[in-house]
Amino acid sequence: MPKILDQRRLVPNLHLLEVHAPEVARKCRPGQFVIIMPDERGERIPLSIADWDVERGSVTAVFLVVGTSTRKLAALKAGNEVPVFVGPLGRPSEIASFGTVVLAAGCFGIGALWPTARALKAAGNKVIAVIDAKADYLVYWKDRYQSVCDRVLFSSRDHALASKDFIPRPLEDTLKAEAPVARVIAVGCTYLMYACAQATKPLGIKTIVSLNPIMVDGTGMCGACRCTAAGKTKFACVDGPDFDAHEVDWEELFIRRKSYFDDEVRSLCRYEETELP
Amino acid sequence: MAEEKKELAPELKEKLRAEFEKDWRKDLRKAVPPKDRMKQVRQKMPERPAGERNKDFKEVNLGLTQDMAQAEARRCLDCANPQCIAGCPVAIDIPSFVKLIERGEFLAAAWKLKETNSLPAICGRVCPQETQCEELCAMKKASGVPVAIGNLERFASDFERLSGSINIPPLLPPTGKKVAVIGAGPAGLTVAGDLAKLGHKVTVFEALHESGGVLIYGIPEFRLPKAILKAEVDYLRRLGVDIRTSFVVGMTATIDDLRNDGYEAFFIGSGAGLPNFMKIPGENLVGVYSANEYLTRVNLMRAYAFPAYDTPVFQAKTAAVIGGGNVAMDSVRTAKRLGAERAVIVYRRSRTEMPARTEEIHHAEEEGIEFQLLTTPIRYFGDNYGHLRAMECQKMGLGEPDASGRRRPVPIEGSEYTIEVDLAVCAIGQSPNPLIPQTTPGLKMGKWANVEVDWATMATSLPGVYAGGDIIRGGATVILAMGDARVAAAQIDKYLRR
Repeated sequence: MPKILDQRRLVPNLHLLEVHAPEVARKCRPGQFVIIMPDERGERIPLSIADWDVERGSVTAVFLVVGTSTRKLAALKAGNEVPVFVGPLGRPSEIASFGTVVLAAGCFGIGALWPTARALKAAGNKVIAVIDAKADYLVYWKDRYQSVCDRVLFSSRDHALASKDFIPRPLEDTLKAEAPVARVIAVGCTYLMYACAQATKPLGIKTIVSLNPIMVDGTGMCGACRCTAAGKTKFACVDGPDFDAHEVDWEELFIRRKSYFDDEVRSLCRYEETELP
Repeated sequence: MAEEKKELAPELKEKLRAEFEKDWRKDLRKAVPPKDRMKQVRQKMPERPAGERNKDFKEVNLGLTQDMAQAEARRCLDCANPQCIAGCPVAIDIPSFVKLIERGEFLAAAWKLKETNSLPAICGRVCPQETQCEELCAMKKASGVPVAIGNLERFASDFERLSGSINIPPLLPPTGKKVAVIGAGPAGLTVAGDLAKLGHKVTVFEALHESGGVLIYGIPEFRLPKAILKAEVDYLRRLGVDIRTSFVVGMTATIDDLRNDGYEAFFIGSGAGLPNFMKIPGENLVGVYSANEYLTRVNLMRAYAFPAYDTPVFQAKTAAVIGGGNVAMDSVRTAKRLGAERAVIVYRRSRTEMPARTEEIHHAEEEGIEFQLLTTPIRYFGDNYGHLRAMECQKMGLGEPDASGRRRPVPIEGSEYTIEVDLAVCAIGQSPNPLIPQTTPGLKMGKWANVEVDWATMATSLPGVYAGGDIIRGGATVILAMGDARVAAAQIDKYLRR
């Protein structure tokens, strides 16, 4: 079974998980994900790949601690094993020389977009990152972004960072200042991606988002992750996870992500009362 | 798409004849005259009462006792020219194993089965024998009631497993050739077993975390207990088969990568893992599942035990399952067991056209499943939270037969009506999974997104790459997949020894 090499808190509620999976590491491309099962009774959940190291044979993900599965992951220590760590899954993000690309990242998306930032820079793009967090102490990997991006901006709801705002405003400002911008790539919670899509639509800038619906197998077999893009039903696991943000049926995605809300609460209460280490 | 029923190969006919001429077979034939054999009635498979079994997931059929099995075996006339074998996609020597049961040599019967079938306890449970071996049984022609070959197959293999004396057949000397089998479903496991016996080093790559393919994620515990599957998979491991779970060929490594790692031959048995939907309004509401998702949550992920297991599944007051095949029956009976007050099959044709096995339809009826036949859903309605609350249906009439030979359903205008449902499961079939085709350059595809093969050899357009089961058929049966696999295994062996 795949062994945990590292599991630690990056900032409150956001954790890093590094797993020994040499075969997966050899194949990782920006924008892909893995399916992990924290223990034998766990759910299969998708996590975006945040980094990999072929020599070390490892794959890293950043995840938000939100329900039972992620709480179980957050309790793992180096040396523990997980029954399932399979991938890489999904189509890789399109990497090419586009010109100027603006990345909008928040939450686990700061980790998930990192391989894309690195690859876009290597492909010769001007790369600008707008990183969103509720407060400045929730920002992580600032140095990584600063090492490859031409500019890194921050938005937060406190006064500590330059811009006190939610991401759409600084994103719009950046798009105007950097015009012409060839594309925007937004990764983070559903609301962040939706808000970015709304901000870029009137400007007519192509915007890519990495959708995060509920999945089970992650190989196209079950259809749990179906979403609507350009009026057609797509499976995020094999047709995505990247989609054109302006074609996504966001309302449906919000609803489907909440499918098991009551069950999730029930499961978490039971876990905290009976199993939490 | 399926091929014609095959004429038996001359070597096989000769082998069967030699068995037929053995003294003990002659003695057995003499001991009970055919007219006495024909007088015996078919032994009924003991099953748990419907009102008890529809509340849990334990197996419905209990299996024949030894006495019952011997009595049933006695019904077999041991024909000089047996027809039953031609009806079996893997060509089991049916008279030999049945006569061994009659003689009380139950272990020998199980080993006889395993000469041609690595998964007899599974086939004895899920094969549609009534349209295969039993359809061609001489007793069916003579008396209308065939010998219960499937139930006997189940009996012999269960006897072997419970006895603990699992026989490992002699393996041919190692050839040093590595074979990659993609998918640990019925086709892949069969290829793996056959090639391991022939001395090749076989690795099975499975995308999910447990082996079995549709046998683990699709077919419920009440029809195929997981312990049975586990025993059959353990048997393959003892033959030297290596199974790598959580390995997605196409993603974790491509066929070309595996070739570079020294694999010389490949079998693609990745199945029909892409569920079809009807493309009607409201199909993405919360509470509408594909059968694959519904059954995977319950079977593979054990959602019936939520919250002890973390994967949830919706509990329904009224569950509607769309479709008339075995997958639809499995889904609707699962919904009933999970506590649905009403569990309803909605099928667009009539009873006669239902592709599900008669036994499954019958069991479903006994368990209180409702059937709304000649009916199709045309849209789903949700509540303010995007959850399914109702389904609009339309009645259908039957027109002329279509390409499948079944009468085509024709919508009846003005017959629309609405029923309240809070769970809908779409069980209208699957298409071949796209991952391997998408990541294997040069692999020739057919018009239904299936992998194209030469039906005589199961060879694909790529050298050393063979395929079988639902990836070429697009949604068939366990035993047809296993039949493809046996052909492919023989050809792969020939290819490796060329």
